[in-house]
Amino acid sequence: MSDPVAVLAIPEASLHHEELGFWRTYLFSTEHKTIGKQYLSLGLFMTIVGGFLAYVMRWQLAYPDTEVPGWGFVGPEFYNVLVTMHGTIMVFFVAMPILLGAFGNFLIPLMIGARDMAFPRLNMLSFWTLFVGTLVLLASFFVPGGAASAGWTGYPPLSAKAIYTGVNWGLNLWILAHAIEFASFLMGGVNFLTTAITMRAPGMTFFRLPLVVWQLLTAATLFLLSVGPLIAGAVMLLMDRIAGTSFFLPEGGGEPLLWQHLFWFFGHPEVYVILLPAVGFVCEVLPVFCRKPLFGYRWIIYSTITAGILSFVVWAHHMFLSGMDPRLAMPFSITTILISVPFAILVFAMIATLWGGSIRFTTPMLFALGFVSMFIVGGLTGIFNGSAPADIYITDTYFVVGHFHYTLFSAVVFGGFAGIYFWFPKMFGRMMNETLGKVHFWLTLIFFNATFFPMHILGLGGMMRRIANPMQYQFLQPLQPINVFITFSAILLLVAQIPFAVNFVWGLVAGTPAERNPWEANTLEWAAPSPPPHLNWGEAIPTVHRGPYEYSSPEGPEDWLPQDRLVVARSS
Amino acid sequence: METTAATRAGTDILPGKVGVWWFLASEVMLFGGLIGSFIVSRLGSSGWSGEAAHLSVPVAAINTLVLLTSSMTMVMAFGAVEKGDPRGLRTYLFLTVLLGLTFLGIKAYEYSSEVAAGFTPVTGLFWSFYYTMTGLHALHVLAGIITNLALFVMARRGLRNQHRVELAGLYWHFVDIVWIFLFPLLYLT
Repeated sequence: MSDPVAVLAIPEASLHHEELGFWRTYLFSTEHKTIGKQYLSLGLFMTIVGGFLAYVMRWQLAYPDTEVPGWGFVGPEFYNVLVTMHGTIMVFFVAMPILLGAFGNFLIPLMIGARDMAFPRLNMLSFWTLFVGTLVLLASFFVPGGAASAGWTGYPPLSAKAIYTGVNWGLNLWILAHAIEFASFLMGGVNFLTTAITMRAPGMTFFRLPLVVWQLLTAATLFLLSVGPLIAGAVMLLMDRIAGTSFFLPEGGGEPLLWQHLFWFFGHPEVYVILLPAVGFVCEVLPVFCRKPLFGYRWIIYSTITAGILSFVVWAHHMFLSGMDPRLAMPFSITTILISVPFAILVFAMIATLWGGSIRFTTPMLFALGFVSMFIVGGLTGIFNGSAPADIYITDTYFVVGHFHYTLFSAVVFGGFAGIYFWFPKMFGRMMNETLGKVHFWLTLIFFNATFFPMHILGLGGMMRRIANPMQYQFLQPLQPINVFITFSAILLLVAQIPFAVNFVWGLVAGTPAERNPWEANTLEWAAPSPPPHLNWGEAIPTVHRGPYEYSSPEGPEDWLPQDRLVVARSS
Repeated sequence: METTAATRAGTDILPGKVGVWWFLASEVMLFGGLIGSFIVSRLGSSGWSGEAAHLSVPVAAINTLVLLTSSMTMVMAFGAVEKGDPRGLRTYLFLTVLLGLTFLGIKAYEYSSEVAAGFTPVTGLFWSFYYTMTGLHALHVLAGIITNLALFVMARRGLRNQHRVELAGLYWHFVDIVWIFLFPLLYLT
């Protein structure tokens, strides 16, 4: 064994570092906290892009083929671009950078008591790789033929030949942007896992890790193990488009369904890559504001891992009507229904945490509760989609659109905002305004439901997803008032984010300076100053004495007992 | 209790090794996806063995031997590190790079003779898979050669960062193992 001490001692030596210049401090930084903030900025910026696309799309659906205020005429071809790019941006360039990139980087070293990530330079590389991928994706709007328009799932044969969509370079760049994004998150995932395995502080055993670290690690593992087949598929798709092969083209002996299998083998674990970090934020927020231990710590870990494993064997539930062997529908229905068991355990553990707690309704707590309640709705509608007989009727309708926005929107937006409001004081050293935060929460909750709940009704009424003009179908014309209602709700949902933007900027500039531990929480990041200095811990790394959720413990003088506090006198 | 970096709860495994193993796990899934697609497509079609008969088994067998030998020299390079023998390290790294280049050279010869005989990636599904799988593998070999070459240059300045030889070796053996799967799948069935 070559000496790990020498390797690990490197950060100690650089404790006495010289001042770095502007570039090394803010742009090409190897500091995990700075990189986390860079991911957060990139993700928030892309939210604006993706949100604007959603607005243009919704206007076209409410008033088909009219001028969209602030944009112009849309038409069916550009509508396909909107659908594709909205999905791509929100999943790969908003959800993953914010939930995994920003919080993974910021939280993992702080929560395990490390000075930085295991590979700081690889960390910097992974952010800038993602940055390049984002630029490539945005550039695809401006190439001749416009951006990709084959749906965010990129099904061949539609995506396999330029003549089918009329988009040549846009779709090639779309594949390239994905490849770069995957490379970035592969590097990030390896870094997360290695850091948590090798760099935990003394006393920080695996079963003393805060749950969000467990969830982030599970998410990283799922991503690492599921993305390979999709990369293989992307290589084949690119060969089809550029070299003229026919992996996915039936006329050349290829099989379009193969892509769907490769895509969803990745696609379903990917859902949990996004969902699990959000679950983790909620697991951190709930006990802090209930002032009692999280219910079923180990059960949550086991459920998370079980859900992760099961997520590899459910993918064909996206394909019940794709033309695959119908005998596969039954086994995949069963695994899909089975996966609701670990998630039900998670949700019950969250609700049981609330029971008997002395709840403090702060903004992060409200968003965490919003996540739990909305996620239950999304989970219940998932059971309809998961059972093949029901799915035959509702597949590719707005019911599905409503379902996955209830799951993913609740994860990314409610979970993400819970995380941002909760850790903002630690990230930036200032508090956000509670009143504005509560206004933001209630408006978001109301207009979220007003936007996405009616989609279920539209779907049961037969409205297909990805159609540019519902008015051209006679049977959908009576449903058009619902579409108009959804559009105005969606616009108000976007407007409801303004209090957040104001609060965020105001908090950065003029918020009340945050104390070390403003929420009276136990986990290690609150033992560092707000914001933590370079290398996080000053001279000595904290030593961990207990699990992360010891609230209202009789051992301590207060109703919280930080992980690193040594309690001497136990008898009284 | 002393609270320095030396007394961590984390394991005493080298971080680099943990990282490389996770990276290789994702690589297994990449080639696994490709090989799985190949097997499924092959089971669903007929006449592929006729196509495969146009590949040259003796040339590929020699190439397999070359790559296996390069794995051996890589192990010997690591052995030289453990013995503290910088001269041996340089020799074996150089041999590994040379054998890797030989593999790519023979592969290029194969490609050119196949293309000359009229078998290109668009000839049929078998050939599409053949060129994509071996091409992706060849890119991995190239990456390994570049890594080993960088180590060779570093080794001229002594034995610092010697653990990198072990990490590069893990990757190089992985590339070798992928070929061990590709060879029978593409050439021998």
